[in-house]
Parts: sequence; structure tokens; C-alpha cells
Amino acid sequence: MIDVLTTAWNWIAEPLQYGFLRQAIWVSAFVGLVCAVLSCYVTLKGWSLMGDAVSHAVVPGVVISYALGIPFAVGAFAFGFGATVAIGYIKSKTRLKEDAVIGVVFTGFFAFGLVLVTKIPSNIDLFHILFGNVLGISRQDIIQTLIAGTLTLAVILLRRKDLLLFCFDPNHAKAIGLNTQMMYYTLLSVLALTIVTALQTAGIIMVVAMLVTPGATAYLLTDRFDRMLMISVAASVSACVLGTYFSYHFDVSTGGSIVVLLTVFFVLAMVFAPKYGLFAQRFRQRVYKKQLDEMSSPP
Amino acid sequence: MTMTASSLDITVDDISVTYSNAKLALYNASCMVMPGTITALVGPNGSGKSTLFKSIMGFLQPSQGKIRVGGFPVQKVQKRQLMAYVPQSDEVDWNFPVSVFEVVMMGRYGYMNIFRTPRQKDRRIVMESLERVGLVDFRNHQIGELSGGQKKRAFLARALAQEGKVILLDEPFTGVDVKTEKRIIDLLLQLKQEGHTILVSTHDLASVSTFCDRTILLNQTILASGTTQEVFTEDNLTMAFGGLPISSLRQMTGQMTGQSSHIVNRQTSQNAEVEA
Repeated sequence: MIDVLTTAWNWIAEPLQYGFLRQAIWVSAFVGLVCAVLSCYVTLKGWSLMGDAVSHAVVPGVVISYALGIPFAVGAFAFGFGATVAIGYIKSKTRLKEDAVIGVVFTGFFAFGLVLVTKIPSNIDLFHILFGNVLGISRQDIIQTLIAGTLTLAVILLRRKDLLLFCFDPNHAKAIGLNTQMMYYTLLSVLALTIVTALQTAGIIMVVAMLVTPGATAYLLTDRFDRMLMISVAASVSACVLGTYFSYHFDVSTGGSIVVLLTVFFVLAMVFAPKYGLFAQRFRQRVYKKQLDEMSSPP
Repeated sequence: MTMTASSLDITVDDISVTYSNAKLALYNASCMVMPGTITALVGPNGSGKSTLFKSIMGFLQPSQGKIRVGGFPVQKVQKRQLMAYVPQSDEVDWNFPVSVFEVVMMGRYGYMNIFRTPRQKDRRIVMESLERVGLVDFRNHQIGELSGGQKKRAFLARALAQEGKVILLDEPFTGVDVKTEKRIIDLLLQLKQEGHTILVSTHDLASVSTFCDRTILLNQTILASGTTQEVFTEDNLTMAFGGLPISSLRQMTGQMTGQSSHIVNRQTSQNAEVEA
């Protein structure tokens, strides 16, 4: 018994000796928190694909930032947000459906970034942009992550009711005189900011999971937004912390293990959720069937 | 919910709406919703009822023409909380994680500070609105848990909480049973007594003649408008619902059509704006 406890304690404590790991753990927990909060809105608004688009569209911004020597967050935000404006513009001017427009724009931005990476001499590792590198994150990158994340949290916290109303019923928001156009762009810019926050930790491929999965998991577990927010944060932060441990102990990709854990949480919720889970549905069907049988069979 | 302020009218002046696929949804539509009346907006599917509604509410921008509510442009009306909207059921995401109470509280947002912190007064008005529609006991339910009729009433309560002088209801009777329909109609009649102006879009002709003072008949443009009796002539209805056999229309509208067809036709009705 003591042995088990000691082993468990060592499992937790050992990585904490290393400064870079302590740092990786709290940075990814912070990123997990920011992504979790936004993921609730992304899930409810149906903007998962938009998150995918923004995350890919930031690549040219990152490359140009490094080339010009400005903070990567500035370029990434400009291109991420620019892509969403482009998507909105093209959608309003053509007869195309939104998913087609998103598909065209984000791959275009991404490809442009790819071309730039190979042409502009820099020390950017494309692999790190794609899959994140929280273990090797630099002090400057952490500062940018913190600024972008704090800004996101502040905006969402202050405007959370309006943003929720905008997701739920934009027509009513308009009918009571709120500026829905501004809410649309507010939500898009915090989406871009969140992606900037998660860029160094999770990478642009994995960030989509962090922007969708926690919210989707929580949505299966509750009917109240406040609870959804808390469940989402709990799932995301614990996946980020545990994932970083796993990546140390088993020597695997950090972003990868975080997302695998998030996905495991999702599957557990999907199967075992008290009201919307597969088991609960099966159970309810059986109860109904039994009641029906009892009603139809003669006494 | 007060009787003090005077009622507001809606004036639609020569509105045309074109969608991005170049389809003309509405052209040269002019009509007036009289203050303090219940007015029905009647027309077949695809006649532009929703388009006219959305234009009045300011959800879409007409390519031509102007709309005034109580003499004010729509944007000002929105800012002053003068106009409330009860959406069609299929426009609402019923799986959204909000409770009935929270939805009705959304009607108060326009009166709150930018953080939308409800005050005592907001809570009181929300409870009163819930009481009027009979949903107090359901206030903590998630909106998807309500029955069809309760869902309608929840959104009607939100409109009440907003305290708008003008209320627009988009197809309020689709998918509700007779009992609920009567209940909603009773509430609308009460609201009229209190000085509200109410515009109801519907294709349920039978109920229109029972509670609507006036009717606007629409198919791409305004075909007729006036008192319900004046408008419900056989000529007018044939014109609006062209594809349908007359006999079925007569069935739907009861004796109303038979009575009035020889008295008033679209040329003589006072407010008729007929487009050839």
C-alpha cells in the first residue's frame, strides 16, 4: 500500500523538479482554461469549422512576424482575424455556402504560410507550429500567451451574457437594440486570440480539439450554461495537466497526449452521461417499452 | 404592461426586398398597421410574410422603401425597447442550455447595464410575465423540456418582459393544440386592451376572423388591407392563394367570405393597395 502511494507520489513529484516541466504544466493548464471557456461558445454557436479555419490561417502571420521581428501574437492575430473577415465578405458576396467558403479561405491562407516558411529564412520549426512545443516554450512566448489569454478571458467574462444571447437568438439581440455586428466580430476576435494563446502549446492542428472537445463534452453532461462552463474548464485543465505528465513519463508528444485525454473524456461522457449518454438513452427506451407492453397486455 | 402611453402604428412605405440569389421576395409593399389593433398578416407559404416581418423588425435591410413605427425609424424603436418579437418555433435551438427563466430575462437585457446584471425590478417583471402565461412552475426547466404550447408561451413571456408597445408574432399557432391557441388569443386580446399594437403572421385563416380586427393580405406585395371583413372576400383570397380551389378557402374562412364578398371588394376597401 505504502509502495503504491510512494510510486504515485514520485510519479507526480518527479517531473516537478524540472523548471521547464513545471512551466509547461502551468502554461498548458492556463491555455486549457482559456480554450475551455471559449469552447462552450464555439460549440453552441456551431463554429467548430470556423475555429479550424482561424487556426490554419494564422500561419503566414507567424512567419511574417518572425521575419519582421515583431511578436508572433500580433501577426497571428492579424491573419487569423483577417481570414474570418475574408470568409464573411466572400460569403455575403457569392452564392456559396459557408463551409465551402471556409474551406477555400483557410487552406489558401495555410498554403501561403507554407510557401513563406520555405522561402523566408528564419528559425521557425514548422513542426512546432503544427503540433506545438510547450516543453521548449520561451519566456517571450509565455508572456504573449499570457497576454492573449488574459485578454480573451476578460472580454468573455465581461460580455458573457451578451455573447450567449448572440449565440442563442441573434434576432432578439437585434430587436432589443444590441449591436449584433459588433458581437459577431467580438466573438471572432476572441476566437482568434484564443488560437494565438494556444499556438505555442498545442499547435494549430491540436488547438481545434481544445476549442471544441471540452465544450462538446460538457454539453452532453448538462442543460445549464454555467455548469457547462465549469465542466468544460475542469475537463480541459485536468487533461492539460495530466497530458503533460504523460508526455514526460511515456516520452510522447505533449499536444497529442492532451488531446487524446480530452477525447477519452468525451467518449466517457458520450457513453455514461446521465441524461444524454448512450446508456441513459438505452435505459429510457427500455423503460418506455416496458410501460407500453404493460399498457397493451391485458390484466 | 401599462395603459398610459398611447399606442403605436407601423407604417410600411413602398418596401422592396431582394435576396442575394436575385430573388425578389417583396416588391412595392405599402401598408399600415393601425395603432392598438390586432392585425393579421396573411398569405400562402413563400408569399413574403417572414420577409416583411424581418424588415419591420430590422433583421434585414430592404433594398428600397422605409418603415416607421410610431413615426420612428426601426433602429430607434429597437433602442427604446418599443417592439418585441416572438419567433417561429423552428427558428429556436431548443437544445440550448438555458432555462425558461433565463430566456424571459433576456427580454430585460435592453434595460440593464452592459454586464446585464438583473435588478429587483427586472426579476419582478420576469416573474409577472411568467405568471401571465402560466409558466411560473416551469421557470427552472430547460427550454427543450417544454411542450409545444409552453414553448410559445415562454417566448411570449419574453416579449411581455420587454414591455414593448408593439408585438410581432411569427406563426404563433403552428403546432399548438386548440386549447393553447385559445389561451394565446385570450392573452393577445388582453394586450390589445392595454394598448399594445399586435401583428400576427399566419396562414390559419379560420382563426384570423375570430380575433383579428384587421388583416393584411400578402403575396409578394400587399394585395389588400383593411378590416378583416373587408379583406376576406372571395376575390381577394383567390388572388392571394391562387393555387387553391375556392371551395377549400370558403371552408377555412367559414361564412365570412360568403357574407362579405358582395359588400366590399378590393377596389372599394379603404386601405386596399392593389398591385396589378
